[in-house]
Amino acid sequence: MTATADIASYNFAYLDEQTKRMIRRAILKAVAIPGYQTPFASREMPMPYGWGTGGVQVTAAVIGPQDTLKVIDQGADDTTNAISIRKFFQKTAGVATTTKTQEASIIQTRHRIPETPLQAGQIIVFQVPIPEPLRFLEPRETETRKMHALEEYGLMHVKLYEDIARNGRIATTYAYPVKVEGRYVMDPSPTPKFDNPKMHMSAALQLYGAGRERRIYAIPPHTRVVSLDFEDFPFEVQKFDKPCALCGAEQVYLDEVILDDRGGRMFVCSDTDHCEERRAAGHVGELAEQPR
Amino acid sequence: MYVAVKGGEAAIDNAHRLLADRRRGDRCVPALTLEQIAGQLALAVDRVMAEGSLYDRELAALAVKQARGDLIEAIFLVRAYRTTLPRFGYSEPVDTGAMVIERRISATYKDLPGGQVLGPTFDYTHRLLDPELAGDGPVASGQRREAEAGRVRRVSEILAGEGLIEEDGAPPEDGAIGDITRTPLEFPMDRQSRLQSLARGDEGYLLGLAYSTQRGYGRNHPFVGEIRIGRVDVEIEVPELGFCVPIGRVQLTECQMVNQFKGSAKAPPQFTRGYGLVFGQSERKAMSMALVDRALRAAEFGEDVVAPAQDEEFVISHCDNVQSTGFVEHLKLPHYVDFQAELDLVRRMRADFDKRAGGSQDHKEAPE
Amino acid sequence: MAVAAGVLEGGFADAVMEGQAVFRAVLEAMARPGTVQPVAGLQRAPRPLSPVAAALVATVCDGDTPVWLDPSLAPGGSRTRGPGDGGAVAAWIAFHTGAPLAATQGEAQFAICADPALLAPLESFARGTQDYPDRSATLILQVDTFSEGEPLLLEGPGIAGRAGAAPGPLPRHFRDQWRQNGACFPRGVDLIFAGPDAVMCLPRTTRILETQR
Repeated sequence: MTATADIASYNFAYLDEQTKRMIRRAILKAVAIPGYQTPFASREMPMPYGWGTGGVQVTAAVIGPQDTLKVIDQGADDTTNAISIRKFFQKTAGVATTTKTQEASIIQTRHRIPETPLQAGQIIVFQVPIPEPLRFLEPRETETRKMHALEEYGLMHVKLYEDIARNGRIATTYAYPVKVEGRYVMDPSPTPKFDNPKMHMSAALQLYGAGRERRIYAIPPHTRVVSLDFEDFPFEVQKFDKPCALCGAEQVYLDEVILDDRGGRMFVCSDTDHCEERRAAGHVGELAEQPR
Repeated sequence: MYVAVKGGEAAIDNAHRLLADRRRGDRCVPALTLEQIAGQLALAVDRVMAEGSLYDRELAALAVKQARGDLIEAIFLVRAYRTTLPRFGYSEPVDTGAMVIERRISATYKDLPGGQVLGPTFDYTHRLLDPELAGDGPVASGQRREAEAGRVRRVSEILAGEGLIEEDGAPPEDGAIGDITRTPLEFPMDRQSRLQSLARGDEGYLLGLAYSTQRGYGRNHPFVGEIRIGRVDVEIEVPELGFCVPIGRVQLTECQMVNQFKGSAKAPPQFTRGYGLVFGQSERKAMSMALVDRALRAAEFGEDVVAPAQDEEFVISHCDNVQSTGFVEHLKLPHYVDFQAELDLVRRMRADFDKRAGGSQDHKEAPE
Repeated sequence: MAVAAGVLEGGFADAVMEGQAVFRAVLEAMARPGTVQPVAGLQRAPRPLSPVAAALVATVCDGDTPVWLDPSLAPGGSRTRGPGDGGAVAAWIAFHTGAPLAATQGEAQFAICADPALLAPLESFARGTQDYPDRSATLILQVDTFSEGEPLLLEGPGIAGRAGAAPGPLPRHFRDQWRQNGACFPRGVDLIFAGPDAVMCLPRTTRILETQR
């Protein structure tokens, strides 16, 4: 029973140092070539592929004891997978955690970018399921690699244009492709296109980790990120008819919540921290409990 | 007044607690020991070692127990453990010709040097449930014969004597053997990296692909040249000593599939080969691997790539069950942010549609 | 086996934490070209390898990364293989990181240069391929200063507007070489300048603007 007794001992932030070095080298190249998907030898992690292993590996390679970590899924700190990943780093790295966007030095996210603008010095780590923006147009890696090498992105424009021809509008609502610094077309991960403008000229460093697909890519701060569009069909983000029912915020992304069996529904902030901060500051939505 | 759902943390803790309870089951029944699992569910343990890519019966047995018998979950546990282990070195290639044979059969010869050795096989059992096994009756020990001294020649070596079969693949000239756990996959792959991927690939997936080649989707006319199961020494070279030292023994199943090949402009007609090698005893996996390996060599032999089993990117990208299960099951995670975006789009498109439908109705009615 | 005592010493006392701290400084420097990020050097690494360059090597190099040493670091030439043959620096790197010496400049994943003014042309290092531009060399250049060398006006990803820096000494014809490096984007080398107590980076995307002097 020798091996089994040793299982409990893992390195700081779980990964062994050789793996961290490998990931760190990939991250540095990714930062040097914005939007390019850098291959890395992704490891099996103690959570399933598809559940954030890429993001977790990137965070594990970057994080140190001085960091404060925030983890969100769907914009919320209290979704189960966000809790699970946050606990993983509390346990393996002993780092401080927070739900407040402004207090975090590293934010790991799935499907959202916080509403509060990110600041210099912050790193946002995205969990990416399918890093290849061309994958659903061309399933072969050998082909898509050529397209990126030759900067041959006609297929993507054709797809978007077919959308317009068929539906009268671009029918891509999330994972909406962007062009980074005028060169690489990149998948922003399945964030709603509402968040795309936040990627442009962000003050924070954006790192993207795709574990199963073994790719890391990055957008340095102050980098041009343009959502693909056409002159006569410019890119536009979702608009909501009503403000958040709890905090009254406008121009934020809202979740639809079903209230009863009779079709009653309300719209509330997807970014739970943003909503809480606003309510703490006295903002009140139409369905919020009135302060006494 | 609406209150957002909270308490995910407590829910997770409670779920894990319930899982532990269900795993243990009826407390009146003694808990399984790892020895029982490794000893009596040995083929389950073998599969976990093979697809978990870690030869350790005890850990694999622990994984089977922890996973409540869900073998893909157990494979995942073993993989997540092995990935953190330091890499001390790479072994020398094992010599399956020097295998201490427990089972060895060939379908291409009636008899051959070394003989046909059935070993512990299900092959000729009648699949009738055996009520005796519900209890713990006495079981006779196996009949043993004197082990043959020396090497048992592989069938491929016998055929090679006549020059009728392609040679053993040579290791790369620079001696660099890839390591799919250390280097990201890159297509097209070389055969050795492909074989590494297949060796840890999902048994069921490879079985289905192998079967498809038999039914005409990339047919490659296979014969089982040989299947052998037994133990081989694993050796590593110690640079300070200048020679190799054995560090242990592993049980392996090896399958050499012999495939007809009509020859091409460059190559004479001869038999080609598909190769399967798996930790433990798993003929089904080794045979499936060999069939798929041969199918994936289509381009090498100038054959048309027309079937799924011949498509390297398709086969290799989807053969790993830890990856597959993770991504399929991730659909359980919340996706409501993206769903909201789609909901909004469908509502708008629906409104457009209804407006158009209403408009065309007006148009139809107008002439009347 | 006779090993100079100095070889065994001077690595990280706490590889996990120190490696992480150095990496974060480099990441910040690579993400914000032209900014100077403090790094605690490895003071007891053998000269002429500078303490900060030694810390970088210990952070990013290992058995998977062939390293090229410039002639001042590898007396006897970089073609020599194995610890001891290339002098104290090669032996120290071999012992502390396991990194092999690159047989040629083109094979190096990392190139360490103690004397940038005499550096071989940037184009002699791997720039990666159009398919895999990440397979390019990262050059670690030891410099004396970030403020008193040649003033550079920088622009590109990671820089809000423009940034100034004055690292020195720089490789010969650096502006021309750097322009050529940028012209083959996405291929190209990336630079990490190792100063006395800090690092600064120039990724291939950074442009050096023409300034009137």
